[in-house]
Amino acid sequence: MSSKQKDDRMPRILAVASLGGHRIQLLRITSAMAGRADVVYASTTVDARPDGVADDHYHVIADFSRRNPWLIIKAFAQAWRIVGRVRPDLVVTTGAAPGLMVLAAARLRGRRTLWIDSAANVQQMSLSGRIASRISSATLTQWPHLANKRVQYHGNVFNQK
Amino acid sequence: MVFVTIGTQEPFDRFIKIVDDIAASLPDNEEVVAQICHGQYQPRHMKAVNRVSPDEFDNLMRCARLIVAHAGMGTILTAMQMNKPIVVFPRKASLGEHRNDHQTATAEMLMERGWAYVAQDAESLHTLMHNHTLAPKHTIGTQASPELAEYILSLIP
Repeated sequence: MSSKQKDDRMPRILAVASLGGHRIQLLRITSAMAGRADVVYASTTVDARPDGVADDHYHVIADFSRRNPWLIIKAFAQAWRIVGRVRPDLVVTTGAAPGLMVLAAARLRGRRTLWIDSAANVQQMSLSGRIASRISSATLTQWPHLANKRVQYHGNVFNQK
Repeated sequence: MVFVTIGTQEPFDRFIKIVDDIAASLPDNEEVVAQICHGQYQPRHMKAVNRVSPDEFDNLMRCARLIVAHAGMGTILTAMQMNKPIVVFPRKASLGEHRNDHQTATAEMLMERGWAYVAQDAESLHTLMHNHTLAPKHTIGTQASPELAEYILSLIP
């Protein structure tokens, strides 16, 4: 690839979220970057592919939680493959646990990562977010009062416009 | 139509039973659709569905005059974006309804900012659901703040 082509290429972002609030927050964030990045998505069910996103820009990763922790191995293997295939310039995730798997796989593959803790965590960071803050290239909270040495605040999903 | 939703993670039978009792008392047999996430309690006065796809969720939200929900951020954001009045009823960790009390904290934040109606018990929920003039308390746009988008793009080398 010539340096010119490289400069012209839009940055590729791998955007990862579980269902529900995690996914809704992620989509509010990526739509604020529309046209400025090539966004590839990953979520936990086939029917969670965002509107207008092509098949080759959508990946499914196993969901797991405290109730089915054995799926962590499957999720990590999928995360490893997805990061290898997408080769993102940046991984962005709003959680939950499957997002943490992709973030860990991305760090092991030398990729940059950003954890954005859910706005639902008003009083303290989520457990996944606290783990993420130890390994991620950058970590954000959506509440200024929760920012600290490791976790920054740069806005949130509640924009009025 | 009233849309009742408790999110994608776990059942919330205490809340669904309370809403079901109120649904029976609504005037003109107003339709109530409840997403119950595989709860044990089977509603008798509401149309129950276990899970809905993201598209079905958006449709139900759009059709409803009122949203009645657990204090989950996805539902709250969608209601504020669609300019719908929403009543939240937070899950309690002490009753095994969630792993921690972050929904109580969310409800307190919503009350402080005046962004949503909050009910903690059957009586206050009954009053709010019977009020046909509840207006949306807060509206947001379709995107996160530009500051957040700029920060994310700045991380890319």
